[in-house]
Amino acid sequence: MTAPLLPARLPALDAATLPVEEELTPDRARELGHELGLRGDEYDRIVDTLGRTPTVAELGMYSVMWSEHCSYKSSKMHLRGLAADASWVIAGPGENAGVVDVGDGLAVAFKIESHNHPSFVEPVQGAMTGVGGILRDIFTMGARPIAVMDPLRFGDPGGWTDGTGRVHAPDALQRRLIDGVVRGVGGYGNCVGVPNIGGEVVFDDTYAGNPLVNVLAIGVLQRDRLQLAQAEAPGHLAVLLGSATGRDGIGGASVLASQEFDEGLEAKRPNVQVGDPFAEKRLIECCLALYERDLVSGIQDMGAAGIACSTSELASAASLGMDVDLDLVDLREPSMESWEILCSESQERMLALVAPDDLAEVLSIAARWGVPAHAIGEVVDGDRLRLLRGGVVVADVPARSLADEGPVYDRPRMRPAWLDELAAVDAESVDLATVAAGAAGRADRGDLDDVAAFALGFLASPNVASKRWVFEQYDQHVLAGTVLAPGMADAGVVRLPDSRRGVACATDGNGRWCALDPAEGTRRIVAEAFRNVACVGARPLATTNCLNFGNPERPEIMWQLATSIAALGEATRALDIPVTGGNVSLYNETKGAAIHPSPVVGVLGVLEDVGDAIDAGFEDTGDLVFVLGDAVPRPGLAGAELGRYLDAPLGGVLAPVDLELEAAIAEVLHLAAKEGLLASAHDVSAGGMLVTLAESCALGMVGVEVSLDLELGAAQALFGEAPGRVVVSVATEHVRQLAQLCADAEVPLTDVGTVGGDRLIVRDVVDLALADVESALDGGLEDALAR
Amino acid sequence: MRIGVVTFPGSLDDADARHAVRIVGHEPVALWHADGDLDGVDAVVLPGGFSYGDYLRCGAVAHQAPIMGAVGAFAARGGPVLGICNGFQVLCEAGLLPGALLRNEGLRFVCRDVGLTVERTETPWTAGYRQDQRIVIPAKHGEGRYVADEATLDALEAEGRIVVRYLPGQNPNGSLRDIAGVSNAAGNVVGLMPHPEHAVDPQLIGGTDGRAMFAALAVAGV
Repeated sequence: MTAPLLPARLPALDAATLPVEEELTPDRARELGHELGLRGDEYDRIVDTLGRTPTVAELGMYSVMWSEHCSYKSSKMHLRGLAADASWVIAGPGENAGVVDVGDGLAVAFKIESHNHPSFVEPVQGAMTGVGGILRDIFTMGARPIAVMDPLRFGDPGGWTDGTGRVHAPDALQRRLIDGVVRGVGGYGNCVGVPNIGGEVVFDDTYAGNPLVNVLAIGVLQRDRLQLAQAEAPGHLAVLLGSATGRDGIGGASVLASQEFDEGLEAKRPNVQVGDPFAEKRLIECCLALYERDLVSGIQDMGAAGIACSTSELASAASLGMDVDLDLVDLREPSMESWEILCSESQERMLALVAPDDLAEVLSIAARWGVPAHAIGEVVDGDRLRLLRGGVVVADVPARSLADEGPVYDRPRMRPAWLDELAAVDAESVDLATVAAGAAGRADRGDLDDVAAFALGFLASPNVASKRWVFEQYDQHVLAGTVLAPGMADAGVVRLPDSRRGVACATDGNGRWCALDPAEGTRRIVAEAFRNVACVGARPLATTNCLNFGNPERPEIMWQLATSIAALGEATRALDIPVTGGNVSLYNETKGAAIHPSPVVGVLGVLEDVGDAIDAGFEDTGDLVFVLGDAVPRPGLAGAELGRYLDAPLGGVLAPVDLELEAAIAEVLHLAAKEGLLASAHDVSAGGMLVTLAESCALGMVGVEVSLDLELGAAQALFGEAPGRVVVSVATEHVRQLAQLCADAEVPLTDVGTVGGDRLIVRDVVDLALADVESALDGGLEDALAR
Repeated sequence: MRIGVVTFPGSLDDADARHAVRIVGHEPVALWHADGDLDGVDAVVLPGGFSYGDYLRCGAVAHQAPIMGAVGAFAARGGPVLGICNGFQVLCEAGLLPGALLRNEGLRFVCRDVGLTVERTETPWTAGYRQDQRIVIPAKHGEGRYVADEATLDALEAEGRIVVRYLPGQNPNGSLRDIAGVSNAAGNVVGLMPHPEHAVDPQLIGGTDGRAMFAALAVAGV
């Protein structure tokens, strides 16, 4: 076999300086496969596919491409139930990102991904490359990235006192992780120039040995400019755009993310890739310029598994083959072995396919943006991916066997026995006066002052307090589109370029709910993200998801995963927000302890006019306050934030979400926003009604006085998290119209009070000074971290 | 009026600056770092961002770009030049403005709205404000702590070259004497850390207090 004929060849390296490719005996090959994480039957499958003993390079490629991270082998059969079939979905699961039609000839790409394990090993670089990776997924689709959001989970940072009076001592490890991850997310996003419009930060010791760093990105493109990760025609050249290929991150995402942690974290640090946001910025501008001139016939980013992944996926998707000459790859170290070049996860690289006649123009655009570019291969007829080094074939495999025909497992599943024990816990019977007195160190029943102090302590606790300390480290302005920034509303909103339209996006997850009941917990978080998007006045369109779970080889974990996926499908179908893509992160365990099952859901919605967007802050004195939705109080303390604040054992039974009601509430919110009826909208979620009211007061810098149904007790009224409720404030002249919308949609509307004054008052329960509420929410997290 | 906005590799707020220019009714002109001339524009904005990644000292590479020769000559002829954030850093590196911008006192990137007092209105960029007008515009930077030696600071004060100052308690970065922006002696070159271009569009966060900075050029009769 000869090397492919390529223009602009680099001088070949002297063969004598190339590392010698080890010739493998069958026994040695099997042993090496095992060392690389391939199971015995997986190795046999490779031998069957090739009809011979694999080479080192081939083993390297298969081990990475068939890893959990790249192949989704444990989740694939369950994810098939999430088919996205809706007229507005342009690209669904299996593409680099979901793409939906948002009208006006525009489409929006969005996706969420995890970078959990790398961020635990090396927080700054792990988070940086997480942002970089998800941005590449977006611009690979032809879209300009216009926003990022970052749902984060850490262990308790300490530095605060809980509702039982227990002092949580500062935890140096968690603080290092929090600091590093926030620096990484900000360091990359700020430098690449994409605004951060939201996300969540949750502290819970289930994540103490395994933080979650999920990153969601949103991009916009002209509908007809969609790019696909698919070769078009034989003869097209494969051009590697971007950074040189080095030894950094070999097996980083793919191997790190496919194992649980034990000792030896330090030793894994070299597996974490290093991010260069300046290189990414140039790569973005370069790729967008190439798309603009229609010079690209197919493109794939290089994240996990680098060249092996991008070449095999591009070829396989088109049922074609590809020849790649590794001598043409720009290397950071010439001594790299073939398998290292193939599996390197060096960041900020893309593989673009271009017609030979266009090559010169492609190279000139790349040069304008200072992006290194080299043709390294050629699309060929057939189905083989052939890789050459020094004129010798080092790998020759069917492209499809790497990209699409990896193993798929139906792993054993078993409902965890512990669920019954959790369900038996009585989480609902909390007497607020008693716990408030307890927080003050007494055993009697407290008075209104005790309840006020308890409520302020709760509002200042790290999970409830404003995440200002985090989002102030992120650029929220760049690209002139941010309508609603982090902390302003239930969802972030960005205006689309040269349009009145905007998109809203919210991410939600709740490991405590999902630990009690993965099905109901998942339905609830889907409903919550959906509701959050509706609260800003947007029409929810589509869903992306990041499934963070433990080791799927344990039947209980596999059951949690499968149950959660099924519920995700059910809820997104019921709400008509199809799943357009996502990411599965397994093996989130350290030393045998799994995290709570932690699906994180992102819902995207569209606003026809961003002028209609509603924030969460109360506005004018005299506006009336209503609860839209569930009018009958339901128990809502199972898995609730109050339990965590009281250090109570996790347990109870989740009040089920009514998805029909949620859809009707969203319809009312969307219409009411369009008509300009709402001054504010904020849902009741983690922390309950107290948090909803407090945040609306603090954002609007105005007080409120409400009466709540106290039938189930004050604790349920203030802290219950039963779904299906949104607090809206409305100027009196719009009340009649809102009531009509609710009547039409059969959504209960309950008048609870009035905006005004400088206190937050829930009659007969709690009375707080606005200034105290503001300082608790605003300063709580920063104070805890400063201690 | 045609206002040029320079794009260096790594400039990020260039599109925002062009948007701000357009929204107040001027014509934005995109200028490229590698070009040697300014395309006959009436004023120049050096936008925010991380030129060349700012892996070295901020602005240390960008000020060597070919276009900066033309910007320097334009400034010497009295042409209005505005450096925002990274643009301010570039102007200081280029020696067109005194002082330097170091890492924020808290060693963190800070993105928040800050209150400012406009202390000098005799510049083409601030002529649209009232003397001592208080405005609120967003700041967002990791390296915005303005420093200069005492003599320079005293001279800046004496010559009225402190253009904008953070309101007491709102200095986000530890800048000496709460300095948020300064001008050259002639007043035609102004640099500031906060971002007026993020405060021009009523539909977006950031408010609209930055509009006058771009609209002012007409007032100044340039």
